[in-house]
Amino acid sequence: MHPLLAGPPGEKRLLLGNEAIVRGALEAGVALATQYPGTPSSEIGDRCYQISRESDLYFEYATNEKVALEVAAGAAASGLRVLCAMKHVGVNVAADTLMTLAYSGVKGGLVLVSADDPSLFSSQNEQDNRYYAKLSGLPMLEPSSAQEAKDLTHYAFALSEELQLPVILRTTTRINHSRGVVVLGELKPRQRQGRFEKNPFRYVMVPAVARQAHGILLAQQAKAAAVAETCQWNRVSGTGPWGIVTSGVSAAYVADAIADLGIRDKVSLLTLGFTHPLPSRLIREFLGRVEKVLVVEELEPYLEEGVRAIAADLPQPPVIRGKGEGLFSRLFEYHPGLVRQVLAGYFGVPYTPPTPVDPAALLGRSLPERPPNLCPGCSHRATYYAVKIALRDLGVEGIFPTDIGCYTLGLLPPLSMADYLLCMGSSVSTAAGIATATGQKVIAFIGDSTFFHSGLPGLIDAVHNGHDFLLIILDNGTTAMTGHQPHPGVTPAPPGYTGRTIDIHQVVQALGVEQVKLVNPLQYRLTLAAIKEAVAARGVRVIISRSPCILYLQRLGQKKRAKTFVVGPECRDCRHCLDYFGCPALQPPLEGEGPLVIDEALCNACGFCLQLCQKKAIRAKSAGNG
Amino acid sequence: MTADLQLRIYCTGVGGQGTLLATRLLGEAAMAAGYPVQVAETHGMAQRGGVVESTVVLGSLASPIISLGEADILLGFEILETFRSLNRCHAGALVVTNTGVNVPYTVATGQTTYPPVERMLALLKAHTGRLIALDGNALAQQAGSALAVNMVLLGALISSGRVPFTVATFEQIIATRTPKAHLETNLKAFQLGHEAAAALP
Repeated sequence: MHPLLAGPPGEKRLLLGNEAIVRGALEAGVALATQYPGTPSSEIGDRCYQISRESDLYFEYATNEKVALEVAAGAAASGLRVLCAMKHVGVNVAADTLMTLAYSGVKGGLVLVSADDPSLFSSQNEQDNRYYAKLSGLPMLEPSSAQEAKDLTHYAFALSEELQLPVILRTTTRINHSRGVVVLGELKPRQRQGRFEKNPFRYVMVPAVARQAHGILLAQQAKAAAVAETCQWNRVSGTGPWGIVTSGVSAAYVADAIADLGIRDKVSLLTLGFTHPLPSRLIREFLGRVEKVLVVEELEPYLEEGVRAIAADLPQPPVIRGKGEGLFSRLFEYHPGLVRQVLAGYFGVPYTPPTPVDPAALLGRSLPERPPNLCPGCSHRATYYAVKIALRDLGVEGIFPTDIGCYTLGLLPPLSMADYLLCMGSSVSTAAGIATATGQKVIAFIGDSTFFHSGLPGLIDAVHNGHDFLLIILDNGTTAMTGHQPHPGVTPAPPGYTGRTIDIHQVVQALGVEQVKLVNPLQYRLTLAAIKEAVAARGVRVIISRSPCILYLQRLGQKKRAKTFVVGPECRDCRHCLDYFGCPALQPPLEGEGPLVIDEALCNACGFCLQLCQKKAIRAKSAGNG
Repeated sequence: MTADLQLRIYCTGVGGQGTLLATRLLGEAAMAAGYPVQVAETHGMAQRGGVVESTVVLGSLASPIISLGEADILLGFEILETFRSLNRCHAGALVVTNTGVNVPYTVATGQTTYPPVERMLALLKAHTGRLIALDGNALAQQAGSALAVNMVLLGALISSGRVPFTVATFEQIIATRTPKAHLETNLKAFQLGHEAAAALP
């Protein structure tokens, strides 16, 4: 049985925040879950997928976040309890849906997990999605630990049904990807059969209906504010004159800082788990009994602005600070030492911060960087290599709009094949803009999952409006970066996966692209010829470069690291593979001159280096030879 | 268990070395021993051959991560990465490190050179409380799999006496939390790491 489906109430588990969210949803009787994978939210969908294989929970990997939220909305309108998870920028994709879903509301509880990524561990921005709660008018909860991630998820379903509104569960990477001890609660049976009761004056958002609905939303918001006033997740501790207001993972840093500095009896602490609408009466009372206030929250001054607005009504408001010089930054995530230091400075507590050594200074030189890299055997690297050689041979400079996925790592030398990137799907349409503006040779890269997610409208636009660029679809059969989740074109499908596969080649042809070629990038000569032809041509050209992700195949047990390769003495005075290809397994000897070495622990035996070696020095090791 | 224990363990290595499993096992062991525990992991893009950092924080602490200069223990899976994270340690910290080298691509392509291992070890020793350095790659090979470096290092860490777990409880955790197919290798690697660390002066 799946571990999240097992365990009696009261049992303690070490759960990832994302697992705790899933457990909380199961304890609330969630019936349907949807997701488009994205760090740091991905494990929510992955666990739901596993659980859906052995229970009557319905789960789907949706084509994109907008689709995920709309499937969720339809099911919630039909009375089911629904979980929908996405990364912060995914909410941008779903925002059109979200803003009006707030008007129509829900019948079954709908919990939207927005997983924000302060410090941009794996994202293109660090936007603060708490403003989505304000923008949409929806209630928002913020857990500060794995235990709260479970408990608040459970509570969010009840709250959603009480208010008939979707509830935003806003997390950050440190909540999603931290493990903590979680005490399990009781699993609730699922209500899996819904029924859609017709009610067009609630659910069909034409202007006449929406005018009414906006008023209803405001009325529900007032109810939500009343709930927030007495909600157990908004709590005050301590009675000291120094006020601290905090939420999310910052609450953990504040708790440790108060203990470390020994200022517990000096502090009044307001920890908020229900952060939209803010509990204004609770905050007003809190402000009334402290001398000064520090607001501790990562990213934007969301709480600080809210608290200041509430303080404006007070006759003698205390000083309220949060962001600013010598205080907290709007950039990046915080950490315990930083919060301790700012608290000490603001409240005038003697404190000497640690003085860490600087390893580079001790060594007297900088340390080698170790940036993430495309894996050995990655088919994307083979495609990039072929494009690089094609452009060199043709004497053409390429401009490379790229997209979101493992292949974004093509940015790094020696490939250096990324010039413009905004968001999911942007490669295709920005290519159209650059080509139209400049007439330069534009070659855009997009992955297969991203193509389905939001590349299609751009390609349709390009065909319809007659743009001039080459789009290379890097089709490795899976959503590799986030952990090999299936997508509509998944190939090969994981065992037991029932989703019907949609072939990208057929889709592109059906869209009216006349110049389309399917290649296997591991067949170098054929790929090079196809790319040269496509680069030289005009109009919309598409090359689908298809070869499954080598890690994915290994995970499915379809690829063994059987073959090994050796480099012969012909390898000398040539850095071609290092300068154009850059496989991590191909390394110069650590000391002295001599042929390259293939690191057998890293090599995934794709065999591509045999094809590109200019000296024909790389050979498969013969069987009895080693 | 000790009621007022606070222990901050910082783990670092290269994607694919099994750092996340090691931190998770430490977390499970802590929970089994009755300690409050937080574990923070790195997922996503950073895992693609880059540096993978994770933390295990035991005892009466709520924060899952560790600030510069505040780690009590640094568990390093690759010597350059251990050295890079020396700034995480306070002056009395314990460092348990693999001396094995994983050449970063910036070195492989000749953009820079790999710092001398002996020099990094000497600096680690000079600026922390105690250093346990062993060739984890060789010991893992000896145990039967290059992938068992994480078990070697865990064995060495338990041998230090700085974490409140016995060998028996940790072996129990390995037995129940790692795949059966690798159990023999994992336990062997754990024991080799334990013995090698215990034999150090």
